[in-house]
Parts: sequence; structure tokens; C-alpha cells
Amino acid sequence: MSSENNKKNWVGKPLPRKEEDRLLRGRGKFADDIKMREMLYLRFVRSPYAHARIVSIATSDAEAVAGVVCTLTGAEILPQVQPFIEIAPEPGGKIKDYPLAISKVRYQGEPVVAVIAESPGIADDAAELVQVEYEALDAVVDAEEALKDANILHEEAGTNRVWNGVFEYGDVEKAFSEAASVVHIDRLHFHRFSSTPLEANVVIAQWNPKDERIYYWCNNSFPSFAIQFLSAHLNVHIDRIRVETSDIGGSFGIKITSYPQMAVCALASKKAGGRPIKWVETRSEHNTSSAHGNERTFRDTRVALDKDGVITAIASRHIDDCGAYPRYEPLGCVIWSQVVPGVYRFKNTRIDFTQTVTNKCPVGPNRGYSRMQHLWFLERVVDICAHELGIPADEMRLRNYIRPEEFPYTTPNGCVYDSGNYPKMLQVAKGLIGWDEWKKKRAAARKQGRLIGMGIGTTLDSGTNNFGQSQIVNPGAPFSGNSQGANCKLDIYGEVVVAVGSCPQGQGHETTAAQVVADVLNIHPDLITVRTGFDTERNVHTGFSGTYASQFAVSGLSAVHGAAQKLKAEMKRLAAFVLETKEDDIEFGTGAQGPELRAKSTGKSINYWGLANIVNVNSAVLPVEMHDVTLNCRYIWRAPFKVPDKVKKYGNLTLTYASQLHIAVIEIDRDTFIPRILDYVAVDDCGTVINPAIVEGQVYGATAHGIGAALMESCVYDAVGNMLTSTFSDYTPITAVNMPKVKYGHIETPSPHSYSGAKGMGEGGAAPIHTISAALQDALFAEGIIVDDSFNNADSLFRAMVGKEIGQAAKLVTVERRP
Amino acid sequence: MPKKVVKRKRAPKPKPAPEAAITAVPISVKVNGKTHSLTVEPRTLLVELIREKLDLTGTHVGCDTTYCGACTVLMNGAAVKSCTMFAVQADGAELLTVEGLEKDGQLHPIQKAFGDSYGLQCGYCTPGLMLSAFQLLSHNRQPSEKDIRKAIAGNTCRCTGYQNIFKAIQLAAQNVKGV
Ligand code: FES
Ligand code: FES
Repeated sequence: MSSENNKKNWVGKPLPRKEEDRLLRGRGKFADDIKMREMLYLRFVRSPYAHARIVSIATSDAEAVAGVVCTLTGAEILPQVQPFIEIAPEPGGKIKDYPLAISKVRYQGEPVVAVIAESPGIADDAAELVQVEYEALDAVVDAEEALKDANILHEEAGTNRVWNGVFEYGDVEKAFSEAASVVHIDRLHFHRFSSTPLEANVVIAQWNPKDERIYYWCNNSFPSFAIQFLSAHLNVHIDRIRVETSDIGGSFGIKITSYPQMAVCALASKKAGGRPIKWVETRSEHNTSSAHGNERTFRDTRVALDKDGVITAIASRHIDDCGAYPRYEPLGCVIWSQVVPGVYRFKNTRIDFTQTVTNKCPVGPNRGYSRMQHLWFLERVVDICAHELGIPADEMRLRNYIRPEEFPYTTPNGCVYDSGNYPKMLQVAKGLIGWDEWKKKRAAARKQGRLIGMGIGTTLDSGTNNFGQSQIVNPGAPFSGNSQGANCKLDIYGEVVVAVGSCPQGQGHETTAAQVVADVLNIHPDLITVRTGFDTERNVHTGFSGTYASQFAVSGLSAVHGAAQKLKAEMKRLAAFVLETKEDDIEFGTGAQGPELRAKSTGKSINYWGLANIVNVNSAVLPVEMHDVTLNCRYIWRAPFKVPDKVKKYGNLTLTYASQLHIAVIEIDRDTFIPRILDYVAVDDCGTVINPAIVEGQVYGATAHGIGAALMESCVYDAVGNMLTSTFSDYTPITAVNMPKVKYGHIETPSPHSYSGAKGMGEGGAAPIHTISAALQDALFAEGIIVDDSFNNADSLFRAMVGKEIGQAAKLVTVERRP
Repeated sequence: MPKKVVKRKRAPKPKPAPEAAITAVPISVKVNGKTHSLTVEPRTLLVELIREKLDLTGTHVGCDTTYCGACTVLMNGAAVKSCTMFAVQADGAELLTVEGLEKDGQLHPIQKAFGDSYGLQCGYCTPGLMLSAFQLLSHNRQPSEKDIRKAIAGNTCRCTGYQNIFKAIQLAAQNVKGV
């Protein structure tokens, strides 16, 4: 038999994914593929206005259509529900959020009425007949305008401000007084976009009158968060809500906040006598009203530098725009502080952070959530300072990076960066792209008047949150730490079955979980079944379970590993008893009768079927002292966190810090203003790698999202709050023709914070957005243009270069040099 | 607080005729080698026919507006976006959907290449992409990277960043015999 002596390590190999076969054959099970007896279809009537009072709603014409079962309005649900939980303290905490508009609409696309019918077509037709009379109000789409409170969205809050707090560390004023130069940047702006998963939101809900339970089949990506909101909202015991997911067509965080639609579908099912309700979001509904990423404006930034261009302090005012309802917010008001100094060594900083509502789609935690906005800001700051002070971009970074020997590195706000080596990543990336050759080519091209720029972006992908950071935004928030659950068992016939509380959308969790268990039991991963999707009924979820925030390799796989270890210990004990030997005489491997345990001393063995048989159907042979052996082992992994200091806003907020460094070479066409990527490299470090093929795939995916966001994808609103990019033809997600070839590089600095040395990854920290801004800056600095926005398409470059609407360098940036 | 008050009513539209009055149209389509004769409403989209009536749920919907290609199927050998065609337009046609790619349980070389090259993550776009690749390889056995990019320009993938899809189609081109 194969034994532990010739043990194979499955972790670390690019194993083919278990998920592949069904997906390649068109047999994936996505939420919209589910059809049920007596199923009804729901269509929302949505607000055409960004801000309006609802004067009247008439649903009778719609209800008269043959095949329409019922309609549902805000007024009707009001007595049945509580407003959704608000995470914010006052004033944001006073906001009342319902899944259907009650008396006002606050963004274009807000659901006002639900129409429920026997077929999707009938529901569509009938929805057209619902009459809503609105009294339009002025809309406010700009965050700084909104904060003037001339036009208040939520009267009950009395202000548009959701949250405000100052994050101050070190001695900022001293650093400024001692600075050799101070750079002032008036305004930077990170735009609103969404990673727009290809599969939109889908909810099937049944409020079953037979057992008074609510059943969900859906593609929500953080179900344990959703049930906490739904239970309180619907006044239903949390155990009475079952959520199942199966294959999910991407989420990138956007599907975390589908709980309002989940609520409406349950209430509609209740009204329809318990028939299951299906709601399938259209693309334009998704683009206007599911969730967008946070938009952020950075005001009055001051940067203190010493004579060598080393940054000593940054002070700034940040204004985050969360759209019409906070929902997952104001968590973003603290989550950025996982990466207060980014990859840099400065110790003194003061950030005054404010979040406001505006008449736009509510935001949700979009890939890179809240940290990418801040990291982009820091990269712009570093890059602008480098240009202003005449220090080469690579040199500027080397002078400011946290040094490899400083890890684990404690940031000014108490976060512990586990490991990393940024100079080495820079070296690898420069080698792959041919930095020095490109410098020569750039010089030659510039002589011909061509606009070519080279840019570096360094970023962090912090993973496995300490939910205690919620207490920094709301001292009363009842959350801290992080955990994940998993179960590993031998089923009755000895099959190894693994369940975990994650909710994957293409990240290959079935494969990586099997790799981990295979190593623990020393068997082939093909012998391990990992359950697909999420199910509250598997009893492996904690309140943090789901798939978000770059953590599965740490939280999910630690839980799986823990459960597998527990199972292994039980199997060993049982086998020692059966084989009449000591536990340390037992080895794991595979023999003629499949996976087995063997006594090294006697050569006798028992296979998995034999062990499972005793525990499950032959238990009279078990002595009493073995009755605790179940071969069905649940394990809850808990992250080693403490509650942060709420007053000082200090503590470790994240367990692992994966990093990425990208370099882009870009040319802007002088006639068309179209920016074109000439060369691109991405280098990542996510510690010890579980499956290199999956990691590489995540890097490419996040890179495409970032390049798309930097050059093509923007959620555009006009002045009165009409969403102008509601279809893919307007939003233009990046395609195969726009996506450059990416050169991929990799280094490994194992994390001391996870059992395997792995770090969570996948969000990617929006490295391409930083990198492309930097490359464009390099191309345009000589033209007197400062890249002050994260979104730069041909149109905005035209306006910058010809219209000079942005980038009035003289005004935007000033440099004060001290003698 | 509100300065400008505009009153506007959504104009009621004429009631649609009840469903029964919409004449169902008989059509016949051959899908993955099997002929189906059935009746559809004139407004039924081809993708609805495929997913809802024939229960072939491997064909997906991503954008509803001809951008993303999640709904791509082959109609008489040509890749079409089934979200933007009526079912009646497929009357008499021969369709190939993702479910028809495998033969006797064996993956088609294109399917195999997508798997071997890690050309998918969530897999939602994959059926459409494989059918666009099928069309490309049926007339171009040695596609350049540029040919591949052009051939799948109408297929959006939000997960993979396309890099491994390029590799998958190149690999498939080497392995495909007689598409
Ligand atoms: S759904 Fe048909 S092209 Fe997107
Ligand atoms: S694999 Fe998810 S959209 Fe392509």
C-alpha cells in the first residue's frame, strides 16, 4: 500500500478542478436553472426618478390581468416587517431601509411595487400597468454637495451624513513642521464601478405554510449575513430560514447585498399562499439597482517628505459616497484602515473620514472593497510626489516601502502585516517587463512626440477580517473576531464527505478543500467529496460564513483542516482498537481495498468502510469508552483576534496581507486620445500557494476587473440622477479584444498567521487601477496634467488634454519646499 | 426643502390581450440532433425556448442585449446570441447547445481544452465561449491570438481575465479533428 512514507503532497499542486466536469458539460446548477411546482414569477416596478415623493400607487389594472396572482407595495409590507438593521450609530443609524419604497424613492431603479404572476411574461406585461404618481424632488448625486444637507434623502436621520470619524496616528504636526517639503493635493477622486458578475441576482423563495419556514434557493454570496438581516426584518426565528446556494456565476462581493430582494420574494410567497416565487434580475436592473462599488473623494491632502523624498506624514479628508442606503455600510468607513499606510513606512497620519448618502444605487462590498480606494489614493500620493520632486517612480517606492526585514510589521493603527517583500516583487516585475529596455524605448518615443508612460502599482489584498472593526464605526456593534465552520466525515459506507460554510463563485473551493483533506488522510483527492454551495442545514456555518474578503485559503481551509484532523484522530483511535495495537503504530494510506489504516507492526489493516461500518451500523462492537467516536467531525476555526481599541481606533484588523505589484506601459494616441496598453506584468505574493493554477486564475481575473475599471467601466449618472450605463453596451465590461496579454510572476513569503503559510487572496487590491493611473501620469506629467481620477478613458483624457477640465496641475498640486 | 415640483404620471399603456388570444405558433427545431415540434408564443425568445421549454439550462443569460454571449448557441453552424432572437426564427433550423458537445459521455476537445487550461472559474460564460470557439475552429484550424480575440469579442467573461481562455482555444485548435 501507499503509506505515509511515500506521502504525496496535494497542497501546492495545480490540481484540475473538481467543479470543471459539470460546468463544461452544461450541467452546472445555477439558481435560475431551478424550476419548482407551482412556481410564480416576480417583477419589480422601479422608480424612474432618483428622488421623488410617492403620491399614489394604483395596482388594480395590473391585478386585473389574467395570470397575475397579486401585487405587493411598500405600504402593504410596512406592518409586517421591521426596517433592516442599520450598522451605523446615529445619525446613519436612524435611516429606515425597507425593500420596497414606502413614501419616497431615493435612487433610480429603487423597487416600488412587486407584481407576481404565473409566468415571467405576464409579470412583465402587468408591471407596465402599475401606475405610480411621483412628485419629483431635487436629486443630489455629488457627495460633497450632499454633505451640505440642502437636500436631505432620509428625513428621519436629519442629515445626509452617515458617519464621520478621525483616524489619527503618530505626531502629524511635528512631522509637517520638520518636513523638507510639503506637497498639497487639492482633490482626487475614485470613481464608482461594479465588477458586474455575469450572472445577475436570482432569488427563489418559499414561505411554506406547512411548516412556517422560509426556504431560499439563491445566489447570495454571504448567506449567514443575509439571514441575520432577514430574521430581524421578517420577525422570523433565524432557524426557520433555510438558504441554499449551488453554482454561482460570479459575485465579487456584489451579491452580498441581495437580502432586500430576498425579503420581498418571501413576503410575496406568503401572500401567494406559500407558492414559490422566482425573481431573476435583468442586466439593466442589476446595473441600476443591485450594488455598485464605493465612490470616494480625497480632499486637501497634505504630504510631508524629508529631504530624500521619504514620506513622513499624510493628512487628508476622505468623503465616501454610499448611494441611497448604507446597507453593508458604514463598514467601509473602517475597512480601509486595514491598510492605513499601504505598503509604505510612514508613521504619522490623520484621515478625517466621512460617509454620505446620495441619490444613487446603494453600494456593496465590491472586489477590493474599501481598501482599494485608499490604496489607490496612497499610490497617487506617492506617484505625484515622485513626479513633483523629480524622483524616479521605482526609486520613490524603494525609499518608502516597508522593508522585508521589518515583517511582521505593525502599522501605525496596530494592524500586523504578516509577511511580504515588496522590493523583490518590484525586481521580479521589472525583470519580466524589461524595465530598462522600456525606459530606452520610452525616451526614443518621446523624442518623436509620442505619449508613453510607465507606471508601477503596489497593492495589498488584506484577508480574513476582524469583525471587531465594526465597533470602531459603532461601539455598540455586537461583532468581533472571525470564524468559519467545516465538517468532515466518513459516511455510512466509508466515503469521505466534506462540507464547509463557504459559498464559492468559481474560486475552486471543492478542489482546494479536497487537496487539504487528501494531505491529512494521505489519500487521493478524487476519493473526497466536497459539497457544492452553501446550505444552512449542513450546520457548518457561523455568523461569518460566506465567500467574501479574500479569506478562504485561511478561514475556510483552516476549518477544513481542523475538521480533517479531528476525523483523523478518531479514525486512528478506532483503528488502533480494532487492530489491537497502539495509536502510534497506525499509518494512513491506500491498499487493495481502497483507503485504509494499517498497523505497522502486524501489517493488519482496516479500510474506511470497515471503520464507518462499526460506528454507523455495527455499533454494538464498540466499547463504551469509544462511544464519543462519531467519524463525523465538525470544527469551528476562530481567528486569533482581539477587540480593537474603539477610542484610539487601534488593533489588528486583518489576519493576512497578500500583495501584488503590477507594471504597465501605456501609450495615449495623440489624435484619438485612446489609451493603449503596450505591455503589462502582474506579480503576486499570497504566501504558500494551495493550488497555483487557481491563484494564477484569480490574479488574471482581478487584473481584468482592474483594467476594465481603470479604462472602460464606470457607473455614470447625469446631474439629476439618471443612470447612463444601465446596459452592458453602455457599461462596456472589458472584453477579449481590450484585455492585454498579462505577464505573470510570483513570489512566496509564507504567512506566520495561517497554519499552512497561505494568505487569503482573490480581490487583488485593484492593482491595475493604481498602475494605469501611474502610467498615464508618467505619460502626461510633462504636459502639465495630474491624473486625479481613477477612471481614464479616451473621453476623459481628451478633456484633460484639450479641455483642461481636470489636471490643472498648478492649482491641483502645490509643492512647498523648506530651506 | 423641495424646490422644484414636477408632477408626472406614468401613462397607462393599453392592456395586453390575454395570453390565450396570442396565437401560438407551431415550430420544429432540431437541437443537439433531436427534433422537437412544439408551439411557442411569437414573443418567446430563442433562449427561453432552449432553457424553459427544452430544459437545456447550460445556455445562460448574462445581459439580455447581445453584448455578453452567455446565450451563444450554434444555429446551422453559425454562432448566434439566443437572447436576441425569437424562437420562431429558428423554425426549421438545426441548433447545437453546450449539452450537445460531448459524445458518448466523452468531452469534446474544446471542452477538454477549457478544463485543461483552467479556462473557466464560475463557468457561467463557458458554454457560450466554447460555442464561439467551435465556430472559429470550424473554419480556422490555426487561429492566431488575434483571430481568437476577435472570435470571442462578443463573449464576456468576468472571472478569468481571458488569459487562460486564449490558451484553451489554442490548445483546442491543436486537438480538434473535424469540428
Ligand atoms: S445574454 Fe445574450 S448576449 Fe448576453
Ligand atoms: S468564468 Fe465566470 S464569467 Fe467566465
